[in-house]
Amino acid sequence: MKKVLMGNHAVSLGVKLARVNVIAAYPITPQSQIVELLSEMCADGEIDAEFLKVESEHSSMACCIGASLAGARAFTATSSQGLLLMHEMLHWAAGSRTPVVMTNVNRGVSPPWTIWTDQTDSVSQRDTGWIQVYCENNQEVIDTILQAYWVAEKVSLPFMVVYDGFYLSHTSEPVDVPEQNIVDSFLKPYEPFYKIDVEKPHSINSIVYPSHYMEFRHNIKKSMDSVPSILKQCLAEFKKHFNREYSTIEEYRNDDAEITLITSSTVTSTARILIDEFRKKGIKIGLVKLRLFNPFPHDDILRALKGKSKVGVIDRNYSPGNGGVFAQTLKFSISQVAGMPEVYPFIVGLGGRDVTEEVLGEAVEIMFNGKHRGEKEIWIGLKD
Amino acid sequence: MDRTERLNIPETELFHPGHYACQGCGAPIVTRYMMKALGKKTIIVIPACCWSVIQGPYPYSTLKVSVVHTAFETAASTASGIRSALKTQGRNDIHVVALAGDGGTFDIGLQALSGAAERNDNIIYVCYDNEAYMNTGIQRSSSTPFGAWTTTTPGSHYKDRPKKDIIQIMAAHRIPYAATGSVAYPEDLYKKFKKASTMTGLRFFHIFSPCPPGWKSATDDSIKIARYATWSKIYPLYEVFDGERFIVTKPEKEIPVSDYFSIQKRFSNLSEHDTAFIQQMVDERWMSLLKLSGSSPEK
Ligand SMILES: Cc1ncc(C[n+]2csc(CCOP(=O)(O)OP(=O)(O)O)c2C)c(N)n1
Ligand code: SF4
Repeated sequence: MKKVLMGNHAVSLGVKLARVNVIAAYPITPQSQIVELLSEMCADGEIDAEFLKVESEHSSMACCIGASLAGARAFTATSSQGLLLMHEMLHWAAGSRTPVVMTNVNRGVSPPWTIWTDQTDSVSQRDTGWIQVYCENNQEVIDTILQAYWVAEKVSLPFMVVYDGFYLSHTSEPVDVPEQNIVDSFLKPYEPFYKIDVEKPHSINSIVYPSHYMEFRHNIKKSMDSVPSILKQCLAEFKKHFNREYSTIEEYRNDDAEITLITSSTVTSTARILIDEFRKKGIKIGLVKLRLFNPFPHDDILRALKGKSKVGVIDRNYSPGNGGVFAQTLKFSISQVAGMPEVYPFIVGLGGRDVTEEVLGEAVEIMFNGKHRGEKEIWIGLKD
Repeated sequence: MDRTERLNIPETELFHPGHYACQGCGAPIVTRYMMKALGKKTIIVIPACCWSVIQGPYPYSTLKVSVVHTAFETAASTASGIRSALKTQGRNDIHVVALAGDGGTFDIGLQALSGAAERNDNIIYVCYDNEAYMNTGIQRSSSTPFGAWTTTTPGSHYKDRPKKDIIQIMAAHRIPYAATGSVAYPEDLYKKFKKASTMTGLRFFHIFSPCPPGWKSATDDSIKIARYATWSKIYPLYEVFDGERFIVTKPEKEIPVSDYFSIQKRFSNLSEHDTAFIQQMVDERWMSLLKLSGSSPEK
């Protein structure tokens, strides 16, 4: 059924369709509407879930981990400072191998206070062991929630569904809301790999000696490394059920491109228009949208960048001293492979500053004339 | 009557022989009696504290029930999450217990505990109180009593603030049940756990638990020290129902606080003047407790 939905409400409906059992959340702009609608739906009995109104994001993640360990499908949502407060618990979620799903609505990090979008909050959680997918529009948002449970429960790792604050969270778009019966045939009830129960006592997360710790981490590695292929299986199933197609990365007019832009989230939509304009002028430029960011879709990226002379990475985030995190990760990914393009790492649109066609055009201009070649980061749109 | 004859505690053990606590530690005793009362349909959540060691390293376990280890500040919230999951599965026959030290309860975990108490989540929260951060090497916590030595309140710089009154804080949340207990009074402990096990909502236990290395005391003195704590009224035994109704157990014997101090070296820096000051604080607290319980100072 088509509905006009803001990104936040697309999430709430996705969570309802996924038949989540336990929700625990704490308000923060621009996420709050997700849980407001969910708590209404819980109160009206539209969803058969327990809603824990916790006193902090730190506790909401702890609740989700506890619930998940006890066999529940768990959900929470947050943004920015809330995600940062959860940091320790994000490691606990991954280390406990709980398939918790969380939405993070991207918002810049304070101080100074900002409520507008950028990805510094979520990219700075890259190393916690969470799968991260970045969404471009509200259809993708609701669909990714369903895919997230499918994948997370297969690999026993938590999954973060990420999108731009305000650009999607508060913007209404027509969304095809999946039918419950089709969702039910796509997403089966959660069957935990292990769960705490009183009939078969277990001890979870005990102290480990150096003789065993590495194996626990290595098990995470094995599961994490399997994510791209499991996600592809999921997306094939998804297509069968809903007739919508997704992938780990999405290429746009990239086949014969000589130079390529890499984008994520809503910036991608702007970039598509720009690519079309360059193409009209006969310039061979292409686009790669990164959907899956963690684990980094190494093989797909290598394939998409093979034979290109230059690649520009559009980072709407900033790691002080290191530059954009997508660019860093990409450079690492392609560093040991011959024939890979020169990387131009761009920093754009921090704290909600608009990323217009002009901003992206300037990036492409820089790539063409080779200015700033070899620099660690290239900031665009800074006032003098 | 002989003391041991009066004990009425089941012999079942949900506790394996062999655990990782120091000799004379009160913490395993707390849990043993707790388990005897709660039974095997129990899930225990343990944050960072001595109990995360006592429970045994992977792949061993001291307890015969399911245990979830969690972050230092999340005993209550992890337990709440487990309870929510069980509720959606219609499992209302299981006790969910958070078992934490005083640091994890009075300090870093207080926010989560207060949140769970305000929501009146259906969990049992047990704080075994050894009056310092023992797992990290005897640093002061807000439960460390006035006058005590710790590694962060050394020598003449002993703790110069009174212990945080956790039961009053918990009672102020108007939870159905909050009680103190002591390893020196196992039958009392057992009965209180039994009582709590028939209630719903957040039930809070604060249990006095000696620690020989942290208190610089003899390993075979732990129970005696715990009994002296109650006799000297430093650690009174009482219950609070719905945050309002106080029931105090008057000690069978009364001693001055100096007797209690003399059997542990952590109070050896106290002057006579300090001891008199502490005696006065203890007397005043005892009087106000009696007043709250509506009983008279006489025996
Ligand atoms: C966030 C965080 N900070 C600090 C620690 C280190 N830490 C582990 S146990 C502990 C002390 C625990 O003290 P208490 O709760 O009183 O329990 P006890 O060790 O006395 O049994 C500390 C400080 C930690 N694990 N996590
Ligand atoms: S340090 Fe103290 S509390 Fe910890 S195990 Fe040893 S005796 Fe028990």
